[in-house]
Amino acid sequence: MSHTCTSCSPKLASPSASAASSEKVIAGIGRAAPQGRAAKPFYLKELDYSVVQQCMHCGMCLPTCPTYDATKLERNSPRGRIALMRRIADGNLDVTEAFANEMYFCLGCLACETACPAGVKYSQLFEYARAEVEHSNVLANPKRDVIRQLTLKTLFTNPNLLRFVGRLLWIYQATGLQSLVRDLGLTRLLPKKLREMEPLTPTVNDSFSDALIEPVETPASRSFPKPRYRVGLLTGCVQDLIYSDVNRDTADVLLANGCEVVTPRAQYCCGSLHAHNGELEAAREMARRTIDSFDLDRLDAVITNAAGCGSHLKTYGHLLHDDEAYAERAAQWDRKIKDIHQWLAEIGIVPPKPGIEPLKVTYHEACHLCHGQKITQQPRQVLKAIPGLELVELPESTWCCGSAGIYNITQPEMSQQLLQRKLEQIDKTGAPVVASANPGCLVQIVSGIRNSGREVEALHPVSLLARAYREAAGRS
Amino acid sequence: MDKLVSDLIEILGQERVLFEPEHLAVYGFDGTAAVSGEATCVAFPQTTEEVARIVTYAARRKLPVVTRGSGTGLSGGSIPQAGSIVLCLSKMNRVLELDPRNLTVLVEPGVTTITVAELADSAGLLYPPDPGSMKISTIGGNVAENSGGLRGLKYGITRDYVMGLEVVMASGEVIWLGNKCVKDVAGYSMKDVFVGSEGTLGIITKVLLKLVPKPETKKTLLATFARMDAAAETVSAIIAEKIIPCTLEFLDKITIRCVEEFAHIGLPLDAEAILLMETDGHPAVVAEEAAKMEEVARRCGATNVQIAQTAEEAVKLASARRSAFSALARVAPTTILEDATVPRSELAKMVNFIQEVAARYDLRVGTFGHMGDGNLHPTFLTDERNTEEMHRVEKAMKEIFDFAVALGGTITGEHGVGLAKKSFLPGAIGNASLNLIRQLKKTLDPDAILNPGKIFDPAP
Repeated sequence: MSHTCTSCSPKLASPSASAASSEKVIAGIGRAAPQGRAAKPFYLKELDYSVVQQCMHCGMCLPTCPTYDATKLERNSPRGRIALMRRIADGNLDVTEAFANEMYFCLGCLACETACPAGVKYSQLFEYARAEVEHSNVLANPKRDVIRQLTLKTLFTNPNLLRFVGRLLWIYQATGLQSLVRDLGLTRLLPKKLREMEPLTPTVNDSFSDALIEPVETPASRSFPKPRYRVGLLTGCVQDLIYSDVNRDTADVLLANGCEVVTPRAQYCCGSLHAHNGELEAAREMARRTIDSFDLDRLDAVITNAAGCGSHLKTYGHLLHDDEAYAERAAQWDRKIKDIHQWLAEIGIVPPKPGIEPLKVTYHEACHLCHGQKITQQPRQVLKAIPGLELVELPESTWCCGSAGIYNITQPEMSQQLLQRKLEQIDKTGAPVVASANPGCLVQIVSGIRNSGREVEALHPVSLLARAYREAAGRS
Repeated sequence: MDKLVSDLIEILGQERVLFEPEHLAVYGFDGTAAVSGEATCVAFPQTTEEVARIVTYAARRKLPVVTRGSGTGLSGGSIPQAGSIVLCLSKMNRVLELDPRNLTVLVEPGVTTITVAELADSAGLLYPPDPGSMKISTIGGNVAENSGGLRGLKYGITRDYVMGLEVVMASGEVIWLGNKCVKDVAGYSMKDVFVGSEGTLGIITKVLLKLVPKPETKKTLLATFARMDAAAETVSAIIAEKIIPCTLEFLDKITIRCVEEFAHIGLPLDAEAILLMETDGHPAVVAEEAAKMEEVARRCGATNVQIAQTAEEAVKLASARRSAFSALARVAPTTILEDATVPRSELAKMVNFIQEVAARYDLRVGTFGHMGDGNLHPTFLTDERNTEEMHRVEKAMKEIFDFAVALGGTITGEHGVGLAKKSFLPGAIGNASLNLIRQLKKTLDPDAILNPGKIFDPAP
C-alpha cells in the first residue's frame, strides 16, 4: 500500500507543553498556523496530498449523504466537498464564503466514510477544511467571534466555569423560572437565533458526575473478590451537565461487570468540539490535558459512553503524533480508549437476572458510533443482554438525527428536517423506548419528542442495562 | 452575470440554475479518472417541456448541451466543455407508472436504478440490469450509456429492457419512440439508436422499461483459484457445458485484497483469483446447475468452492463485488479503469496478455470483471501526477485494446466511449462504421450541440 502515511498532518509548530504550563499554551490556541499568511490556504495545502487525492469521485457516497439526499446538489455531497477541498489544496480556488458555508452545512456524520470503498478519510479532511475556514477568517464577524471565544475557547476549555454555568442553568430550570419565562412569552424578547434555540435547551441535572461517582469505586466483593479489570471513566463535559446520571449508570454497569472504576475529578472537554469546529490547536491542547488526567500505566482501559467524544478520543494518536512529549502516550491512549459497549462486548457482559417486565426498545445508531467508530453490533448485544427486552430494528437506524454536535444550533432548518425523519422512523417501530449512545442524539430526540407531544422515552443503552441490574438487586 | 445564465433563469427560475464557481467545479467531473472540464452553468429542469425550451434556446445560439444524471459514468461522457450548459436531470425523478399487467414501468430519467429495482421487487418482478453504481446511477444515464452489470450473462443489458423512450431532439422537438408491445416492426427501431448514444443524439426525458418475473430462488457460489487462467478456463468450461448462470464474476488477487479491506466478508486473501457464481430460477434447476458449476470449477483446478448459506451472505458477496473498482483506489491515487471485452472462448488469452503487458511496462494492474460476459476491467493503479508513468499506462492500454480487437473483441463492453476511449474507437470499429456514425449524428444534430466531442471527433 502506498498510503502508509495517509495520517500525516501538517507539521505545525505545536506547543508541546505539559498541563502544568497549559494556561500559557491556551493563549496561543489557533495561532499555530504561520502568521502573516492569514488569508492564504494553509491546512489543506499542508495535509498529505494522498488524503485529498484518495477520493476517485465514483459517487458511492452520494446516496448515504443526508445533505445530498435533501438537495440533490453535488456541492452538498461528500465527493463535491472533497473536490472543493482539493481545488483549494491545488491553489485553484480561494477559501470563499461559499466554501466556508458548505463546510458548515456538512453534518460531519461520516456516513460517507462507511460507504467509501476507496477508504477516503473524510473525517480528517473535514477537520482540516473547517480549520482552513477559521484560518481564512472568511466567516469572521464580531458576533460570531465573540460567541466562539466565549464557548470554544473559554467555556469548553475551563471545566469549572462550564460546571458553574451549568449550575446557573439548573437553578433557572429547577426554580420554575424557565417555565415562567416560557409561559409569559418572555422568550420573544430574545434575539431570533436564541429564540429558536431556546426550546432545544436540555434539562440540566441536579448533580454532576463528581458528586455522583467516587474517585475510585470497587465492585462488590461478594461477586468479585478481586476486580477483573481496572478502568478509567470519562465523564465528558456536556454529558456531565445533562446526563451525569448516564455516567453513574456507566459506573454501575462497569462495577456489575467486575471493573474497578477510576474517575478523575473535574475533567476537561475532550476537544472534539474544537476539532470539529476548526480549532485544531485547541483540540490538541485538550487532548494533552485529558491524557494527563489518567494514569494509563495503571489502567486496563479508559471508557467513554458518548459516541461523539469516543470517535474523537480515538484520534489522539494522530492528533499528537508530531508532539514529541506526547506522541508515545497518545499512542498508548489510542490502544486503551474504549467505547463502553465495545468494552462490555470484549470482556463479556454479566447478564442481569431475569424477571424484569418485558420492554420493546428500538436503537438509533449515533453517527460517531456506527460511522465514526464502526461500532454497530456491540450496543445491540448490550440491549439484548437485558432479559425481557425486545429489540425492534429502527428503519434507517444509521441515518443522522440532525444533532451533529452543534449543528442543530448552526443549521436549524436542515437539523429539524432530519429530526422529523428520525421521529417518523421511530413511530414505525411502535417502541416506547428509543436507545442511543450519544448525549447530542439524546438531546435532539428528546426535544423532538417533547415538542411533538409523542410518548416515547429516549435513553442510553447503558442506562437500560444499569436499570436491569438495579431491579434485579432490588428483588434479591 | 452571463447572458446565458440570466436567460436560463428566466426559463427555470433562480433556484434551478447554478453558475457560481463552487458549483461549476463539482459538475466538472464524473466517475472517470483524470478528465474534467467546466461549464458556464448547470440547469435543473423538472419537466420535458423545460428540457425542450432549454434545448430550443441552445439550438438557436448553437450552444453545447451536456446531459448528466448522478455523474457516475466511467468514460467521461458527462464531462462538460467550456461554454456549455450542463443539463442535470437528477430532479426529474418521478416514477410515472408501474403496469403489472404488461410488466412495464415508466419513469423519468433522474430515477435511480435502485428505485426501479426495488419497485420491481415489491411487485414480485425483477429489473435485471444492475451496474456497480446502481444505488445512485440514474436510469437516464444507464440508457444513454447502455449500462451492463453483474447479471448481463443471463439477462442481458439495459438495451434489452428499454421498450420506449421520450426524447427531446436537438431542434427542441419532443418525440416518442416505442410502446408496450412485445412485437413492433413499424419502421426502423429508432429507440435503439438512442440507447447507448451517450447524450450525443437527443435528450432522454422518459423511459419505458420491461420487467421480468422474479426468479423463485438463487444460489451463490464462491470458487477460489491458485491460478488466474484456471478461473478463466472454468468460465469457458461452464459455458461449454451449456449452463448460463446469471453471474460469473472474477476478481484477481490485488482486487480481492482491496475489497476485503473494505467489506470484511472473509474473502480468501491468499487466492490468485476468485469466481463469484450465481444461478437463479426454478429450485430444481438451480440445485442442478449449482452442483454442476461446482464440479466444473473443481475439475478446472479450484482449490475451494464455497456455497453462500443465506440470502444475506449472497447479497454481501454481490455488493462486495460491486465495490471492486472503488476499492482498488486504496492502492493508488489514480485508478484508470478499462473495459476490454472479448468472446468468452478467448478469456484465458486475454487475462494472460494483461498480466504480460503490465509486467512489460512495469505497471500495477488489478483485474476484475464480468467474466461470464467476456467483459474484463483491467484497472491501472497509478498516479496522474506521474506523467512518465501515465505515458506507460497509455501505451499499455493501447496494446490491450489492440489485442482485444484482434481476438474479435471490443474496447468497451459497458462503460461507453465518451472522452476516455475516443481515440481508440476508429481502430476498433473501422472507418466505414465511423462514417456511418458521423452521418447519423449530422442528420439528428446538424449543429453538433448535443454533447459535442464525445465518442468521436467531428469529421475533419
